[in-house]
Amino acid sequence: MMTSRARTAIAVMAAGALVALAGCGGEEATAAEGGADGGSSAGGESVELTVSLFGTFGMEEAGLFDQYEEENPGVTISYETTQGEDTYWPALLTKLNAGSGASDIQGIEVARIRTATTELADKWVDLTQTEAADQLGEYAQFKQDAATTEDGAVVGLGTDIGPTGICYRTDLLEEAGLPTDPDELAAQMGSWEDYLALGEQYKASAPEGSAWTDSAGGLYNAIISTESEIYYDEAGELVYDSNPAVKAAFDLSAQAAADDLTAKFAQFEDPEWNPGFGNGAFATIACPSWMLGYIKGQAGDEGSGKWGVTSLPGGAAGNWGGAYLGVPASSENQEEAVKLAMWLTAPEQQEKVFAAGGNFPSNTTAIDAVADTTDEYFSDAPIGQIFGDIAKNAPTQILGPDDGVLKNEITNALLTIEVNDVDPETAWTSAQRAIDNQLG
Amino acid sequence: MAVDTPPRASRTDVAVGHAPRSEPPLGLRSRLFRLEAKAAPYLYISPFFLLFVAFGLFPLVWTAWISLNDFKLGTPMVFVGLENYRWLFASPEFYNSLWRTITIGILSTVPQLMLALGLAHLLNYQMVVRNFFRISMLMPYATSVAASTLVFAQLFGRDNGFFNWVLSWVGIDAVDWRNGDLTAQIAIAVIVTWRWTGYNALIYLAGMQSISQDLYEAAALDGASKWQQFRHVTLPGLRPTILFTVVVSTIGATQLFGEPLLFGNGQANGGALGQYQTLGLFMYQQGWDYFELGRAATIAWVTFVLVVGLVLLNTGIARWRTRDRKAVR
Repeated sequence: MMTSRARTAIAVMAAGALVALAGCGGEEATAAEGGADGGSSAGGESVELTVSLFGTFGMEEAGLFDQYEEENPGVTISYETTQGEDTYWPALLTKLNAGSGASDIQGIEVARIRTATTELADKWVDLTQTEAADQLGEYAQFKQDAATTEDGAVVGLGTDIGPTGICYRTDLLEEAGLPTDPDELAAQMGSWEDYLALGEQYKASAPEGSAWTDSAGGLYNAIISTESEIYYDEAGELVYDSNPAVKAAFDLSAQAAADDLTAKFAQFEDPEWNPGFGNGAFATIACPSWMLGYIKGQAGDEGSGKWGVTSLPGGAAGNWGGAYLGVPASSENQEEAVKLAMWLTAPEQQEKVFAAGGNFPSNTTAIDAVADTTDEYFSDAPIGQIFGDIAKNAPTQILGPDDGVLKNEITNALLTIEVNDVDPETAWTSAQRAIDNQLG
Repeated sequence: MAVDTPPRASRTDVAVGHAPRSEPPLGLRSRLFRLEAKAAPYLYISPFFLLFVAFGLFPLVWTAWISLNDFKLGTPMVFVGLENYRWLFASPEFYNSLWRTITIGILSTVPQLMLALGLAHLLNYQMVVRNFFRISMLMPYATSVAASTLVFAQLFGRDNGFFNWVLSWVGIDAVDWRNGDLTAQIAIAVIVTWRWTGYNALIYLAGMQSISQDLYEAAALDGASKWQQFRHVTLPGLRPTILFTVVVSTIGATQLFGEPLLFGNGQANGGALGQYQTLGLFMYQQGWDYFELGRAATIAWVTFVLVVGLVLLNTGIARWRTRDRKAVR
């Protein structure tokens, strides 16, 4: 307290002196101004940057913030993360609308990016007008497109993406007499129907209490992640109930649920889903690359070598999840914040994040750089190559402002089929009703 | 003393019609004293009222205003009159959550208060380490909602939960507590009961200790058993205390929020079919999942009116019963 008050007093006096100087003569005053602004730091600019993210971006875990502080004397970073994105986003929305309180760098989930580029377009620094302009071409095309507004402004730099495959328990598959080699397994999965047929085989000779996959909702999300048009069409119209791809994905997942191929967990919600990774409650799971880190965390060291990863049925390329870093227009340190965001999403740093937590790079240079990565935990699977191929072929998804709502309601309807024995058609109708109710 | 009398005399002078004598300097001081004596209590309690206006009344009025507007977070407010109320009373989700609130409320409040009464009666006897039991009564109450709910969520697990393990001893198949309708409500009611029983027991205990010991002795002399003593001495003596706990528990049950939210692992939908979505969760969902602040404010106000109504109903019933008894006498 004392020091800060003393410093304020000195600053006031300095300002007074400045005014006096300015009255006397020009050149000297401008020279003195730099010194007074800099405060206590000798020479270099001192700036405190705030970074607010949600969940695990892997940046703190990879030691990036410390490294940046070390390499850039005078910059201090204060970092905070909110566990749930669903609490993080409303808070951010409030701050952006109030025009104050937001951090210098804010994370944006891919399901929100459409809102960020439309309703909130003017709340962000347009990155094409900054140093970052040169770096914008380096991200995967679909990633970059999604963060661009109608006027061509760019609101966020891509962090990770979610190329999606299938993770499986080699020990369980072996027990049930199914192939455990990624390529052999992929060869038997020419389509999602084949995947369900394999599930029937698994069910016939699987260990007691072990299901083919964890949840109908997860299955649905994996199937739909390979489509480019999902809930909205090119023109931004809501088409989920007329889009045959959505209904087909729903029906297939509902069938898996009705045939008892799922372990009936609500992903991320059911506390028993987590131990399920370790105790063999399910043999396969739809696996965006960020799920690798999650599996390692839940199945622990005992799970090492018991897991494998392969591509989606039919070699389809899907993308599920991922995020961006944006700089709010209200930031007082825009220039420094953009620099930090650029650095955090640059190839070298994305490689480190991938190594630390499995969040897959969105920067094409980094995607190439990690191509040779294998993962001991996943039976030495060439994860860099598997996910890299998927990432390059992943469709440019048309994102809408309410993708999150639609995804939640449909996943929820699938859960009622699994656990409440609701008939699939009834479940679909109630999902439609719930969606209309929310968006209407 | 002599100094004190003149002002009093002077008042009579005025009344009689004499010219009022000018007050001595002392009069001003005593007037200040009198003013202080009158104003001081208001001053002393003013912090409460100022805080109430800032954090109680203002939000209440502001919420009422918001409820008359279409206000989606991120867009400007548009006045729509009673549209939100029309929406609410036409929405099946509202009646669902209202009904769930009532059933979970009954499932938790009734056993909770009866258990508390029994426990208090037992604690009222002389026994070894009585203070230990009394203190341990408060332990669940002192535990945070988050901690106790998370523990219970594990206990009520489908595949590896403790309760299903116990049920398997008697050959009952695993129950999917969370996803079932009644089972989820029972699970939440158990958590609420576990947390609040001890708290209510201590309040009952305090009430029981204010009942005169003579009454028990007299009853014992008349040959009343312990059970008869409980029915005819303890219960009538506890009537006001019971009313208090019923009112407090009813308010608590109407606002039930933390337990179902955490039981659903932070999801405000109260289960895939809304089987344990209380009014509190419904409001939260409208406000912070859908950003429909106008609708959320409407639910808040309806809940408020509901609570006030329930409290009036409770006290009304209590009064009516007392009047009844007086009439009998």
